[in-house]
Amino acid sequence: MSQGTGHYYVPAPSKWPIVGSSALFFLGFGAVFTMNKMPVGYWSLAIGFAILIYMLFGWFGEVARESESGKYGAQEDKSFRWGMSWFIFSEVAFFAAFFGALFYMRALSIPWLADAEHDLLWPDFAGGWPTAGPGITEQFTPMGAWGIPAINTFLLLSSGVTVTLAHWALKENRREALKLWLLATIALGVVFLGFQIYEYGHAYADLNLKLTSGAYGSTFFMLTGFHGFHVTIGTIMLIVIYFRCAAGHFKPEHHFGFEGVAWYWHFVDVVWLGLFIFVYLV
Amino acid sequence: MAVVQDVHGHHDHHPTGIMRWVAATNHKDIGTMYLWFSFSMFLVGGFLAMGIRAELFMPGIQILEPELFNSFTTLHGLIMVFGAIMPAFVGLANWQVPLMVGAPDMAFARMNNWSFWLLPVAGLLLVSSFFVPGGAAAGGWTFYPPLSTQGGIGVDMMIFAIHILGASSIMGAINIITTILNMRAPGMTLMKMPLFVWTWLITAYLLVLAMPVLAGVVTMLLTDRHFGTSFFNAAGGGDPVLFQHIFWFFGHPEVYIMILPAFGIVSEIIPTFARKPLFGYSSMVYATASIAILSCVVWAHHMFTVGMPTVGQLFFMYATMLIAVPTGVKVFNWTATMWRGSMTFETPMLFAIGFIFLFVIGGFSGVICAIVPIDIQVQDTYYVIAHFHYVLVSGALFSIFGAVYYWLPKWTGRMYDEKLGKLHFWLSMIFFNMAFFVQHFLGLAGMPRRIPDYSLQFADFNMISSIGAFGFGLTQLLFLYIVIKCIRSGEKAADKQWEGATTLEWTALPSPAPYHSFETPPVLK
Repeated sequence: MSQGTGHYYVPAPSKWPIVGSSALFFLGFGAVFTMNKMPVGYWSLAIGFAILIYMLFGWFGEVARESESGKYGAQEDKSFRWGMSWFIFSEVAFFAAFFGALFYMRALSIPWLADAEHDLLWPDFAGGWPTAGPGITEQFTPMGAWGIPAINTFLLLSSGVTVTLAHWALKENRREALKLWLLATIALGVVFLGFQIYEYGHAYADLNLKLTSGAYGSTFFMLTGFHGFHVTIGTIMLIVIYFRCAAGHFKPEHHFGFEGVAWYWHFVDVVWLGLFIFVYLV
Repeated sequence: MAVVQDVHGHHDHHPTGIMRWVAATNHKDIGTMYLWFSFSMFLVGGFLAMGIRAELFMPGIQILEPELFNSFTTLHGLIMVFGAIMPAFVGLANWQVPLMVGAPDMAFARMNNWSFWLLPVAGLLLVSSFFVPGGAAAGGWTFYPPLSTQGGIGVDMMIFAIHILGASSIMGAINIITTILNMRAPGMTLMKMPLFVWTWLITAYLLVLAMPVLAGVVTMLLTDRHFGTSFFNAAGGGDPVLFQHIFWFFGHPEVYIMILPAFGIVSEIIPTFARKPLFGYSSMVYATASIAILSCVVWAHHMFTVGMPTVGQLFFMYATMLIAVPTGVKVFNWTATMWRGSMTFETPMLFAIGFIFLFVIGGFSGVICAIVPIDIQVQDTYYVIAHFHYVLVSGALFSIFGAVYYWLPKWTGRMYDEKLGKLHFWLSMIFFNMAFFVQHFLGLAGMPRRIPDYSLQFADFNMISSIGAFGFGLTQLLFLYIVIKCIRSGEKAADKQWEGATTLEWTALPSPAPYHSFETPPVLK
């Protein structure tokens, strides 16, 4: 195995993990308290988020400095690649659970609720999709695919192109183009998120489509919501990478920090295609 | 394999006192913390088990009110699975994987520390939920809705504990995969890796696949509880059975997450004490991989009684029974390794042989439970309890005991007390079977699980089972004593304490293994 520096870099003892654990301590208990209407929970959540942000800055900052000071050779680089790949794989598994729930409801549980056996229980329920289920009477209008969602598809696909152009620029050491294409990618991500927020407002205000709108509302908001959350994380990551580029980080042959974010961005892109097809289109 | 290795006295500055542990980036320190955490949780989960068996000692309600009894069974399961067994295996991986592949440390040393330090947070959420209004979660360790959508604040604490445990497991698994794939010493090809490393590689893959699905399903549960979604609510078009499908899509690979590393441990111990190379190494690797793949397509055998099309029942029945084939390959190979070997029966070997003997019983009762018409009879009875305690206690736990005895000399540089070790084994063996073998009969006679009271005809077997359980619980304090005695005053262990051992930690490193090992990779010839 090739080793850039001769030895694999094993970091010195670090305070960041325990800082992160204390953040999750406050976040965990805070979330429990908040959801059970105890005001102390908000304080706990706020403290937890503050510590978490401190940890993210500190920990990632330390790794970025180590990388820039040449502590990582080819073997460490390979570790980061394996690590990021398997992290994205775990994210795929997470989304698969929600897609699985959507398919199960559409293909199995809703037809079952509408079949002859359930006539006594739900005589007026016809099944079909979209539906809020047999017991929720409030009407809603489903979200159409060819308005904002189609525009958003275009935006995200374009952002996949711009981030690749930025990567090419980085590899050819054209720093200005790199920053420009990164900015374009960030802008596309932010516009996507803006549209998404607008779409949610539209759903609640005009379509009476809510998180509580049964099977359709649950899957629509949870799938698009978790995706939007991932786009937000991805955008923040891109912004960090932009500032690192502006500070002169990354070399044409050594820039895994950039590539990891680009991989993540493509992953978010692919999940969106799944959403566009299965949540909005069919 | 012959190895040349220079272990130079390297004195790195690392903090002493509490900060050595809190800020640790050393795989040995982190492994040690994992193992001690696991043992503490084992005692907590064991305490709950003692409570359950004390209540079931006699018919009628004596000690635990039914609601508290339900919390005890629920938390006993969760704590033993997520707090005791899984962290023990990760602790063993932390100690052994770098040593066995000739790596200086884990691939991501800081993340390794975080994986560990998330566990006490999650443990605190779980254990402290006993003291909140409404008490701890009481819907069983599988927390099916609608019970879990209706429970109190304790259920929320359980949900967030599971989220944090999941994050810990995923990070741990990514670390292990990366270490194995990227940090092996030159010359150690995949098919030369010790089997413990192989089984952990495959286990880690299952973890990365299954844990996010668990995170997804507890998230749906949380939003159903607090934000009005309808995933598991038929009135909204959802289905409580959907929960079971997603849960067991995680839950069945989880079963193999808790047994594949055990297979690896036994595959290390048996060749050492039979003084023969493992029989059928490559078939062991393929069998492990087959079990892992099959484990992803058998989940609904936990759900034969919830209502499923016949074709589904048939598929899940046959797929499940198919797992017996690669498992049979493994048992055959272990037996064939011992065949005509020069065997000695030190404590690790006793636990390994005990493992094979009792795990096969658990495996057979597993095949029996896989048969739909039988499963419909025994679903949710003590037969199932007996089955999975045979694979998890005399399977996973026995292998962990074996591993600890096997590697303690390498970790501490001292030998454990062989006499006491053997006593620990035999007491565990006798009391375990006393506690759980009779539960097969209870289950076949129809005694339901998770119920604090029972009808009079079950009284004798329950009393026997409870006495066995108390004995088993007490015996584990002996284990604690043996380990502490070994650390404090054990006799000096040899660098290669077991003459039949062939893996790197024995052949290339002194005992105890130095704080930093393999900073330059060993050369394998």
